[in-house]
Amino acid sequence: MTEGVLIHKKADAGEIAGEIKEVTLIPKKEIDIKLEADVITPDSFAGKSAEEIGMLSIWQGPKTYPLSDFFEVIGNGGSSADETQIRIKGDATRVKRIGEGMSAGKIEIEGSAGMHVGTGMKGGEIVVYGDVDSWAGMEMLGGLLHIKGNAGDHVGCAYRGKWHGMKGGRIMIEGSARHQLGGGMDGGEILVEGKVESFCGIRQNGGLIVVNGGALRGVGAEMAGGTIVIGGKIERFAPGFEFVSMENKVTSGEVELIGEFKKFTGDYAISKRAKGALYVSADANPEL
Amino acid sequence: MAGTIAIKNGYVFDPLNEINGEIMDIFVRDGKVVRELSAAELKDAKVIDASGMTVMPGGVDSHSHVAGAKVNAGRSMRPEDHYKATLQKTSLTHSGSGYTVPSVYKQGYDYAAMGYTTVFEAAIPPLEARHTHEEMRATPLLDMGGYLILGNNFFLMRYLRDGDIEKAAAYVAWMMKTHKSYGIKCVNPAGVENWGWGKNVHSLDEANIHFEITPRETIKGLSEVNELLGMPVPLHLHANNLGHPGCYEITKDSLQILDGIKPRQNMDVEWAETKMDPARDRSVYLAHMMFNSFAGTTWGDCESGVKDIAGYINNKDHVVIDSGCTPFGEATVMTGDGPAIQDMYKLTGNKWSNTDVEMEGGSGVIPFTYLKSNPVHSLQWAMGLECLLLINDPWKTIMTTDSPNGGPFTKYPEVMTWIMSEAFRKQTFSECHKWANDRSALGGINRELSLYDLAILTRANPARTIGMAHRKGSLGVGADGDITVYDINPQQLDSNNYEALLRAFRKAEYTVKGGEIVAVKGEIVSLPEKRTYYSEVHVEGEKEKEMLADVKEWFRYYTLGFANYPTPEKYLANPTPIQVNGER
Repeated sequence: MTEGVLIHKKADAGEIAGEIKEVTLIPKKEIDIKLEADVITPDSFAGKSAEEIGMLSIWQGPKTYPLSDFFEVIGNGGSSADETQIRIKGDATRVKRIGEGMSAGKIEIEGSAGMHVGTGMKGGEIVVYGDVDSWAGMEMLGGLLHIKGNAGDHVGCAYRGKWHGMKGGRIMIEGSARHQLGGGMDGGEILVEGKVESFCGIRQNGGLIVVNGGALRGVGAEMAGGTIVIGGKIERFAPGFEFVSMENKVTSGEVELIGEFKKFTGDYAISKRAKGALYVSADANPEL
Repeated sequence: MAGTIAIKNGYVFDPLNEINGEIMDIFVRDGKVVRELSAAELKDAKVIDASGMTVMPGGVDSHSHVAGAKVNAGRSMRPEDHYKATLQKTSLTHSGSGYTVPSVYKQGYDYAAMGYTTVFEAAIPPLEARHTHEEMRATPLLDMGGYLILGNNFFLMRYLRDGDIEKAAAYVAWMMKTHKSYGIKCVNPAGVENWGWGKNVHSLDEANIHFEITPRETIKGLSEVNELLGMPVPLHLHANNLGHPGCYEITKDSLQILDGIKPRQNMDVEWAETKMDPARDRSVYLAHMMFNSFAGTTWGDCESGVKDIAGYINNKDHVVIDSGCTPFGEATVMTGDGPAIQDMYKLTGNKWSNTDVEMEGGSGVIPFTYLKSNPVHSLQWAMGLECLLLINDPWKTIMTTDSPNGGPFTKYPEVMTWIMSEAFRKQTFSECHKWANDRSALGGINRELSLYDLAILTRANPARTIGMAHRKGSLGVGADGDITVYDINPQQLDSNNYEALLRAFRKAEYTVKGGEIVAVKGEIVSLPEKRTYYSEVHVEGEKEKEMLADVKEWFRYYTLGFANYPTPEKYLANPTPIQVNGER
């Protein structure tokens, strides 16, 4: 098994001048049709009172409603996104797009989050105590998305139809994730404590994916660049990779991992010029 | 009163009437330009104070891909083109989405917001005419029409090979009526048919498989048919070998085939008053010239061949072109030239689609991104602008991006500003790859087009070229009351201040359609009716009968029955036939 030495850079390294204000959202009722709640960001809460925040409108199906129809809002926003912290006290499984495009500040979700949490986020931090639905951190540009539970499909992936996903920032998952994690990823880091399913790093162009556990199949399929590290067993190894060497260390950006790895490059199934690097645990994959 | 308006004190640019920035009032009554309004009519009319602003006829786009099967394929294969470009509905307007290939509603609004009121679809495969008309009918605000793809049609290739021009003409006339289309489009003549066998043609005298007709014979034959029938539009040509290094030679040779052909436009219409002769005087309309103008032998040594073709066009009078500019950024390439799409797939590895349209042609779609960092893309940007700046006579050029092939029509403001501002070109040179400068002549050109020239390139000439100058492209008495007011004061025009030009072109101060204000500063304020134009071409009954006997005999090779082939008028919004070649 790998012993990861992860150097955690504080996401909010810059000096914050003002006072940090916390806005608490408490779910009021069961949500039937899922909410499109891209207004739940420090950016849109900043400079607003609790009452004004409650007036922000969110889509549910074909209609818009004020945020206060679904959440009790306590506390005012800070004077900038940087100085605004949002705490969702409860379950947000049926709330989509929390933190979409946020540039700074922090969101803590004390339950699970719906689809598209942290999509396109540019900075700041999101912590989810529970699980997240699919598309977490889709096309993320910067900041930190920390998921304490499990994640669904398409973490840090590109939107349907294109192959340029996450470009920067970091996604940490303490549990496991499902299919197509990091699809089309161009940069940044995704770290998974548990395991992943199919096509992790499909069409990856850059950046780093580290999975401590195993993977089902198709790891790095059609990847052209970037690095993938798999600490567990890959059930079905993609055919387009070539063995390069044995390594006892993987270094990528600020991350250094110690362990016995077999290094492969590829995926040569389509392009002969591919530059993807795939490290797999030597112990867990003796047949490779 | 609906459709009645007075636009006062603007600087008017109306090239077909040789009006160059005079301060004038323009009056429209019941949708048509009139000399004046009576005091009583004026009392009820809307009045726009256009003091200090530029007034032009409504924009006319003579070559854009806006409706039909390949456009819709572009929409459905590109969800990523839609999720960020969204339009919310209002009490008046429909919702929409899409950046390079917007949904029909959004594209109507987006065109009108920029001051455009007339748009012609560049390529209709006959079998897809119903679909094309359904989308045109649903596109708000724009008067439309489209050209029928006939350059690789089984029936025509057979007639032209046998030299039976009269039957070929009868077939074209029948097809125009049958599919409610407007002119002849010829895409990669004789080559797309070979693509059905995985091949192409590479020279003008290479005969294709089975039909054994050459591109030269196809171009010559279709042009003869075009002038025999007196069609509104010259033969609209997408030349062979498009998009390949070295293709400029075959393009120039193709234009040469039609040197000496006498343009004969024979339409029975009411002509708006114009000082210039509004009839078309060209025998060939070359589509998206930039894509046809590469010199060199590979993508490594390619360079601009525009200078050479422009030199030829400057010395001759039978050619008019549209530019097919590439303003950088996202595009969706779509064409009837199937093999060209496969070539682009091999270059890019992008997702792509290709279709064989039974006995009529082909088609393909592929997403594309033009990057400032890419040497070839930067060269293409320079070449597109060269097309408009190296051809001296503005009456030989039309501004397009071959939307969405070179980029979406919403980038027209950039192209308009580049041709008007050397400073803006310099700015872009400083941001893009050096091939733009090193391998084209653009860097040495200091020509800056005037507002009068711009009105020719975006209004008067597209309308005149396609035979719509009887009602579009001018502000003469009797013309449609389609008017754009730009927030540009010609007295204070500073081409160095390109930001101001970009702003003004992106959102017209007012767009007036048929005398009704439809957009104010880019916001849609009304949705009057629109029209669809097509050519009702008349030929001798006996010839038509003989031709139909041939068509029916071969119709068994189609996947649909003969009775289901035509596009009924109900598929058109306010169908407006133009009588061509006299009454029956």
